Amino acid sequence: MDFAFFLIQLLNGLQYGLLLFLVASGLTLIFGIMGIINLAHGSFYMVGAYLAWSLAGMTGSLSAAILLGVVLTVLLGVALEWLLIRHFYDRDHLYQVLLTYGLILVFEEMRSVIWGDDVHGVPVPALLAHSIPLTENLSYPVYRLVISGVCLLLALAMYFLIARTRLGMMIRAGSSNRDMVQSLGINIKLIYTLVFALGVALAAFAGMINAPLASVFPNMGGGVLIICFVVVVIGGIGSVKGAMAASLLIGLAETFGQVIEIEVAGFKVLPELSGMIVYVLMAAVLVWRPEGLFRKL
Amino acid sequence: MHAHSRTLNFILIAAAVALAAFPLAGSTFYTQLITKIMIMAIFAMSLDLLVGYTGLVSFGHAAFFGLAGYALALMVPKYEAASLWWTLPAAMAVCAAFALVTGALVLRTRGIFFIMVTLAFAQMVFFVFHDTKLGGGSDGIYIYNKPHLKLGEATLLDLEKLDHFYYLVLALLVVAFLVLRRMLGSTFGHALVGIKVNEHRMRALGFPAFRYKLAAYVVSGALAGMAGYLAAVQFGFVNPEIISWHQSGAVLMMVILGGMGTLYGPMIGAFAFVLMQELFSNQAWFGAYAKHWQLAMGITIILVALYLPQGLAGLLQKVGRKKEAAAEPDHD
Repeated sequence: MDFAFFLIQLLNGLQYGLLLFLVASGLTLIFGIMGIINLAHGSFYMVGAYLAWSLAGMTGSLSAAILLGVVLTVLLGVALEWLLIRHFYDRDHLYQVLLTYGLILVFEEMRSVIWGDDVHGVPVPALLAHSIPLTENLSYPVYRLVISGVCLLLALAMYFLIARTRLGMMIRAGSSNRDMVQSLGINIKLIYTLVFALGVALAAFAGMINAPLASVFPNMGGGVLIICFVVVVIGGIGSVKGAMAASLLIGLAETFGQVIEIEVAGFKVLPELSGMIVYVLMAAVLVWRPEGLFRKL
Repeated sequence: MHAHSRTLNFILIAAAVALAAFPLAGSTFYTQLITKIMIMAIFAMSLDLLVGYTGLVSFGHAAFFGLAGYALALMVPKYEAASLWWTLPAAMAVCAAFALVTGALVLRTRGIFFIMVTLAFAQMVFFVFHDTKLGGGSDGIYIYNKPHLKLGEATLLDLEKLDHFYYLVLALLVVAFLVLRRMLGSTFGHALVGIKVNEHRMRALGFPAFRYKLAAYVVSGALAGMAGYLAAVQFGFVNPEIISWHQSGAVLMMVILGGMGTLYGPMIGAFAFVLMQELFSNQAWFGAYAKHWQLAMGITIILVALYLPQGLAGLLQKVGRKKEAAAEPDHD
């Protein structure tokens, strides 16, 4: 493995990890603050990707599609929290699993009714459709670098929001004692609605910006959901810092797992079993630290 | 309470009799459908032992289901039928062994972490069969010859025959139910429920909680393996899809939909779940919308989560209690 190849894999791994962070951070916030297990989180990623595809087709511009899409998905998040999720805060996790599993089916079929069952590609915006040459025959696409940059900016903004602002203080307080915050005169219901909508929009946004790279296809939310649950569990439930560390870990492990060759006793372990890596990692982390890597927030 | 459980026994026996009589009246299609439902009922019951009684929400139960199916597919000789005598116990033993090893690890965690680690192990099994040539990769393996049960020269059961297979599944369903009920009625079963309610107290009382949970995990895994073996026989092939997380999700839905912690609830759940699938995908009734049957399924599941916290079994109990109360006004 020469240096240019290694660099490309490293950048790919980081980009994939940062993208996972956008989805996983919403999942971990919704669980950590509101106590809701949200299996439908992958569906929001899918909705985002399909919105990017259809709105970009209508408006002719991916950035316009993303702007519109974010507004729509925030509204979707608010509506969902208001109609369904808020009835489940005090219920056992099992019923949250039941509810959000039902939501997966509904979203998947609505997607089929509205957008059909075909696979679609979304073109990379012309402005960003370049590559940076690394060696004679290796180069790196600018769009991937832009995605990484945008994800990093969002992560920083989120850190600022949670750690430095008044709203973030209320969110943190709400996660440790809902009733106390309520009785101090803070509208905790509104905060929950906001957090949920934020999580939905983040997942959908990840789907939107990744659409030009990964194409848009039915059931695309399932894989993302499972990987993000792994991220959340490794990072420690409710911990945004943990989600960041675990996202990068998983992103790098999965990317390098597909290109490194390891043989044990004549049996090819990698890349043959690369799909297993993340789960082996998770099992190992949980045996070592049954509560994940980081504590809350 | 006593009258209630007597009514329940009566209903269960009547249901078993009805199921036994069904192939005489039903068409081939419906006999096969009921066979499939009964297999899923065994699967759901095995999960109820964990979710409903021990408080362990496994999101990776399909691992056992699929592992047993693959075990059968790999044990079947190419040109002749395998013997049920040893392949079924062997498949279940594989699952029990897998449950013992993974259980020792996953039972260290609890709550949401337990949900996720069980999922992780199921995904590992999925990828072993999906990404290696061990089980034919993503295409899976065909089981050309279905097992038979021979005693000396006489063939007792030939699972190629629909009715033989139907009655074998029914018998195993009844046996599984009775064994589980017996087990749950014993000290062991009460200890499991105690662990679900308050594990610290059970440990303080001197019960080795970890070993009890592990035992429940192994029994549950072996039973799920029995269901997976039967499913592989019925479909005639296995592929990685039977281990996917959708399968683990579906069986969890059956347990909650039917009513967990009752054993018969998950059976009702399996019936309701599979029948709903059939109903909503019925083109004669829903026309072009039959293609989107999952939409109706999803809405139903959401409504159950909102309005039926005890599942269908809870609904039946409520109706039963009301009737009892109406019949004996003095009943407390």
